[in-house]
Amino acid sequence: MKTILNEQQLSITIQRLIHQILENHIELENTVIIGLQPRGIYFSNRIVDELKKQVAADKIKYGKLDITFYRDDVRQGLHQLNQTDISFSIENKNVILIDDVLYTGRTIRAALDALQDFGRPAKVELCVLIDRRFSRQLPIQSDYTGKSIDSIISQKVKVFWKENEGVDMVELL
Amino acid sequence: MQLSTKHLLGIRDLKSSDIQTILDTATQFKEVLQRPIKKVPTLRDVTIVNLFFENSTRTRISFELAEKRLSADTINFTASASSVSKGESLLDTVNNILSMKVDMVVMRHSASGAPHFLAKHIPAAIVNAGDGINEHPTQALLDAFSIREKLGTLEGKKIAIIGDIMHSRVALSNIYLLKKMGAEVTVAGPPTLIPKYMKEAFDVRVEYDLKKALQWCDVANVLRIQLERQNQVLFSSLREYSLAYGVNKRLLDSLDKEIIIMHPGPINRGVEIDSDAADSKQSIILQQVENGVAVRMAVLYLLAGGKSEQN
Repeated sequence: MKTILNEQQLSITIQRLIHQILENHIELENTVIIGLQPRGIYFSNRIVDELKKQVAADKIKYGKLDITFYRDDVRQGLHQLNQTDISFSIENKNVILIDDVLYTGRTIRAALDALQDFGRPAKVELCVLIDRRFSRQLPIQSDYTGKSIDSIISQKVKVFWKENEGVDMVELL
Repeated sequence: MQLSTKHLLGIRDLKSSDIQTILDTATQFKEVLQRPIKKVPTLRDVTIVNLFFENSTRTRISFELAEKRLSADTINFTASASSVSKGESLLDTVNNILSMKVDMVVMRHSASGAPHFLAKHIPAAIVNAGDGINEHPTQALLDAFSIREKLGTLEGKKIAIIGDIMHSRVALSNIYLLKKMGAEVTVAGPPTLIPKYMKEAFDVRVEYDLKKALQWCDVANVLRIQLERQNQVLFSSLREYSLAYGVNKRLLDSLDKEIIIMHPGPINRGVEIDSDAADSKQSIILQQVENGVAVRMAVLYLLAGGKSEQN
């Protein structure tokens, strides 16, 4: 077991990510944030909380997306469903997808599929807290990356959040 | 997430946790149906045949729409336009269809137990869309979903099922489901249309006075008189039935509370329910139909998903 990010590092990383996002999306004009259910939501909530300190809250459009119905492994087992809540149009918007860990890329593939059913975005970007390098099964990469790590299949990346696990931390198990 | 059964033959075989799972899943599908594109690719590789040996409008369209919204391939079969009229047996018909690689069968039949019989003989998953006077599980599930949507929960709620209890598969499925989910049930209607020993068999109240039943309940589920299944005279005329057991606005206004009115359709206006009650604000009849698609999507998804290609 190895700590990848402790509480302080995690907080600094989130600060850096929101500034990178704001650098490319000034005042978040025409930009929407979409967190991926279930675990990406903790991360996207933090990002949105921090963005609210920089941008007027009513400028921030924030939705949640569950990709279960778009998975490519429905026949191998059913997954817990979560709420999808996108109460605005994404037509011609810049969409920033947010998830905690980027691993095989299959979740993001499904999310891109799902997004199409809500409209045709002008651009889609990806923001992840942890990028497990060299383990991609699809040609997908992130635009905003908290930290890239090298890991093998048998290892697991676990992200802990104060809201759920009582502590902010990322570990490699 | 997985249901405890391979088929949906009746509510009788379901655990309360299964019912909970189906209703929760349906909530997510209802959200899908509000999207600009009301379709998900979930069951892309699944082929479903709709076998209707008995007439149907709502159920068949609802199932077909649910299948299409899930991206499944569908085949429709109606007995009147098929080789059944040439004397082919049920099992032969179904086996012939299955040999064309069909994964699921949605079936309605006028004989009670027909889907149970098929389930013993074929490998595909079966969804009962109504069998004779036995069960109509997806109707009970969508009724429960509609009640839950309106009242928040089923537990402790008082539901009156009114009308032709004896010949109604909707009534039986509803009673099983509501009792499993902790609701209180009263069946109301003329004594000739309520089987004996209902109270002992199902732990439901029996009421022969319509007004008392309405006064007691939170929700009244009004059933159609199933004339096609009655082969003897059980009441003197439809007009007399309507006078004693027809639900109308005047009756609803005379209660000291506002109850919810449901009906599984098709409605015989002026018999079991008058237009002024069926089209009133208290009625959720059309919401029931809307919820039917989401509930059937949930059932198909839960039965089709999670099985690997090994069989």
